[in-house]
Amino acid sequence: MRSARLGRMRHIGIRGLAAACALAAAVAGCGKVWNDPYPAADAGKNILYSAFVDRPKHLDPALSYASNEAVFTQQVYEPPLQYDYLKRPYQLEPLTAAEMPRVSDRDGYSEYEIRIRPGILYQPHPAFARNAKGEFLYQSLSRAQIAALSSPYALPGRGTRELTADDYIYEIKRLADPRSTSPIYGLMAQYIVGLAELAARLKKVNQAMIAAGRGDEWLDLRKVPLAGVTRVDKYTFRIKLKGRYPQFKYWLAMPFFAPIPWEADRFFAQPGMAEKNFTLDWWPVGTGPYMLTENNPNLRMVLERNPNFRGEAYPSEGAPGDRGAGLLADAGKTMPFIDRVVYSREKEGIPYWNKFLQGYYDSSGISSDNFDQAVRVSVEGQARLTPQMRKRGIRLRTTVEPSVFYTGFNWLDPVVGNAGDAKSRQRARKLRQAISIAVDVEQYLSIFENGRGIVAQGPIPPGIFGYRPGEAGINPVTHEWRDGAAQRRPLADAKRLLAEAGYPGGRDARTGQPLVLYLDTVTRGPGDQARFDWWRKQLAKLSIQLEVRATDWNRFQDKIRKGSEQMFFLGWNADYPDPENFLFLLDGPESRALHHGENAANYDNARYDALFERMRDMPNSPARQQIIDQMVDIARRDAPWIWGFFPKDYMLYHGWLSNVKPNDMARNGVKYLRLDPQQRAVLRRQWNRPVVWPLLLVLALIAAVAVPAVVGYRRRERMAARPS
Amino acid sequence: MLAYILRRVLYAIPILVGVNLVTFALFFVVNTPDDMARMQLGAKRVTQVQIERWKAAHGYDKPLLWNARASGTGRFTDTVFFQKSLRLFVFDFGASEDGRNIAAEIRTRMWPSLALAIPVFLVGLAVNISFALAMAFFRATYLDFWGVVLCVAMMSISTLFYIIAGQFLVAKLWNLVPISGYNTGLHAIKFLILPVAIGVVSGIGAGSRWYRTLFLEEMGKDYVRTARAKGLSEAVVMFRHVLKNAMIPILTGVVVTIPLLFMGSLLMESFFGIPGLGSYTIDAIQAQDFAVVRSMVFVGSVLYIFGLLLTDISYTLVDPRVRLE
Repeated sequence: MRSARLGRMRHIGIRGLAAACALAAAVAGCGKVWNDPYPAADAGKNILYSAFVDRPKHLDPALSYASNEAVFTQQVYEPPLQYDYLKRPYQLEPLTAAEMPRVSDRDGYSEYEIRIRPGILYQPHPAFARNAKGEFLYQSLSRAQIAALSSPYALPGRGTRELTADDYIYEIKRLADPRSTSPIYGLMAQYIVGLAELAARLKKVNQAMIAAGRGDEWLDLRKVPLAGVTRVDKYTFRIKLKGRYPQFKYWLAMPFFAPIPWEADRFFAQPGMAEKNFTLDWWPVGTGPYMLTENNPNLRMVLERNPNFRGEAYPSEGAPGDRGAGLLADAGKTMPFIDRVVYSREKEGIPYWNKFLQGYYDSSGISSDNFDQAVRVSVEGQARLTPQMRKRGIRLRTTVEPSVFYTGFNWLDPVVGNAGDAKSRQRARKLRQAISIAVDVEQYLSIFENGRGIVAQGPIPPGIFGYRPGEAGINPVTHEWRDGAAQRRPLADAKRLLAEAGYPGGRDARTGQPLVLYLDTVTRGPGDQARFDWWRKQLAKLSIQLEVRATDWNRFQDKIRKGSEQMFFLGWNADYPDPENFLFLLDGPESRALHHGENAANYDNARYDALFERMRDMPNSPARQQIIDQMVDIARRDAPWIWGFFPKDYMLYHGWLSNVKPNDMARNGVKYLRLDPQQRAVLRRQWNRPVVWPLLLVLALIAAVAVPAVVGYRRRERMAARPS
Repeated sequence: MLAYILRRVLYAIPILVGVNLVTFALFFVVNTPDDMARMQLGAKRVTQVQIERWKAAHGYDKPLLWNARASGTGRFTDTVFFQKSLRLFVFDFGASEDGRNIAAEIRTRMWPSLALAIPVFLVGLAVNISFALAMAFFRATYLDFWGVVLCVAMMSISTLFYIIAGQFLVAKLWNLVPISGYNTGLHAIKFLILPVAIGVVSGIGAGSRWYRTLFLEEMGKDYVRTARAKGLSEAVVMFRHVLKNAMIPILTGVVVTIPLLFMGSLLMESFFGIPGLGSYTIDAIQAQDFAVVRSMVFVGSVLYIFGLLLTDISYTLVDPRVRLE
């Protein structure tokens, strides 16, 4: 009986296992993908999938300054100007402006007249919704009505209106609003006539409102005049600046100068909106090709095509090589080409990278951990994709970023700075030059950056006017031109300079004490120790002892502000593609410690400063280039920086994504992109077939353990007592 | 019992004030309001004027703990500590330093945390108890020996390893579930399968070993020998007698963690992209967002105190000899 029952159990078990195998094979082979993180209904749709690591803090154009925020704001907001997508060097062109601003200089002021194209409409939004009588539907909502909303778009009504010059004026006034703390207020207050006075007036008004218990009420900025910004007609406004500031045109391409409709400002100022996070800082309202319809920065942010977008033609001209790369195939066609963009939050690099390889993200950067998996660098230094990447049709685009990383010497320091008499200053200069030669930046790039960068010979990166490539652009203090390339000077030159500086063999010639220098930097993570060790070895080549003082970002900034650092590692990312935005980092009046500017090295050279004042307002021309060359020569000789490197950005794209050209000055590139969702769907199915046999193996293992356990239990239950 | 509960609630008030004070002190030893302003304003073109404006707009332009320039009670009330920290006692969390309503964020983010934590808790408890019971039943056999070895090995492995290995094998190599992500409602299930499985597996080692020890201790007692002598089957002995009496120490460790399920798991949420309260807290620490940090510390403290109270109450339910006086 028992053996028959066991036999039946075994028979059922074998048939069950066979059925499970057949089912698993059927499921695995039917083409259905199990690991798709997106809704099945979205398969094959014209949706771009991307990711973000850090949640954006601000989407209000008056506040937003970070590049991770610009990814969203620049698809929604449209300032008067934008950067041409394809042309290089970067050039401005009109966006909502009908033409480039007319600039006039008069009586010590400069005036920018901007004329907006007529007929541009805002996205559909409840703030504009009106009833048949023309009254606003949603500008007087009760707290209870607002509390019941899941998003502003939960309100059924929508409206729109035409963009006018008043909207740009309204936004400029918001830069001075004390309730917001625009990061560019300080800079703009120096130039825009009346902005500082407006800020003072608004501060008083705001304080009075707070005192009267109306601190949360909407402040109608239309009623508050701004002397330097005037309306000429419905589509035209003027901005008056103190003095000349040719770089102002670049700010006109940033969301700080995008239009804000007063209706939206008033809508989001209603009591109860802030408690639900319904603010302009969370729900942008613009005229751009996309509108932000889902904002959950903890999980996902979604841009949908703006149905009211006027349409914009894809560029018909580009840089040399763009036509051959297929970047002009859509010339003249109406943008945007993509219906929806879904950004998912990915805090960790591993899932981000793996989902890109599975086809669930359309593009990705490359972290150091994955670099070797994605890219091979040839002996000549050319970066190529690995066979694994090429097999999947993935493509690589590289670009040199308009950024610079450098190690600065504090000009105020008694050892490495410019203190003391002429002889001391000369000795310090030779010390800085010696260290600049000894620090092997080429090796640093190879070890710590996977070769992703170009050794800097000066402060201006490639792509910015003033940069000199090749032999004309090398730093003769640290490099020499040999065999058709810039080669670092031999260590013997550095040692000679060190001896001339009064530190032969790394010891003070007068006292015999070893020279000890201090490098202040920021702790970044587990890889820090290796970098610090590398730095110590660089100076050890000159027998100089280096102490690395690593702290957190705030303590580091504190030292820079107080001027208490000796050497420090820092970087700068361009606001706009003008050499002024890099050369001002060495301008004396910009000293961080003395004048709270951006010159963290506190470098001060009267001749350099004088040339800077001449150069800053000049248009790009041979004369300007000549002055820049002189300035760079002065800075190279004085060596306030160890000229570090210009980072290179590596981006990977799947084959179904086209019209991709990295643009480091603008983040509004989504409207130019086109994708083939059918090709993507086919490849995703191909790459993500489920593998089911491991599940069956686990079940079999559990059975293999459970069966003897059950058998043992039943045997023990039936066991008779043993005689003692 | 009501008097006991009331007394415990009153005890909680000075505890929470103390927690607030310590959190406040620890935070501002490391960060100053100027540092916080710079973190929010960014690294570029930040002037002292903007920093002062930010501090004024966010209420950080006052002294931290004592305002010597004010008069009367204003010396204490017109301070950052009073304005920011003591409002927590009426559950007014205010807004984060970047302007988001914290209460709204907590209400939104606690559900993903619970969606992950509750299955891990319940399934983990069931698996650990079952495995421990099996090892206790087969005590002194090869099943027990290898079970213990397996538990020790599993508890020696870091949770991070389980996460990375799980994502690599199950999601990347075998394409069975999404690597990361989340969705609401029933669509969340496919995203939670892997993190729940990893949460359960990573907890088996420590949990099963601990419960096995409790069960073995009970099994050595006289009443169990009596039950066997009366002819009860081993299954009845284990489930009706041993498990029931081992519940008291199990409850000690388990009930106190129930309220903390709201707080989420930091590692899991980060690696699996689950927008819960764990990742909310760590984001706030990295961003030096004091408003969120103090709110989450306060919420965590309240939940922990509540958990301890629940534990005490549960004792009276499982052990009639225990009375709360």
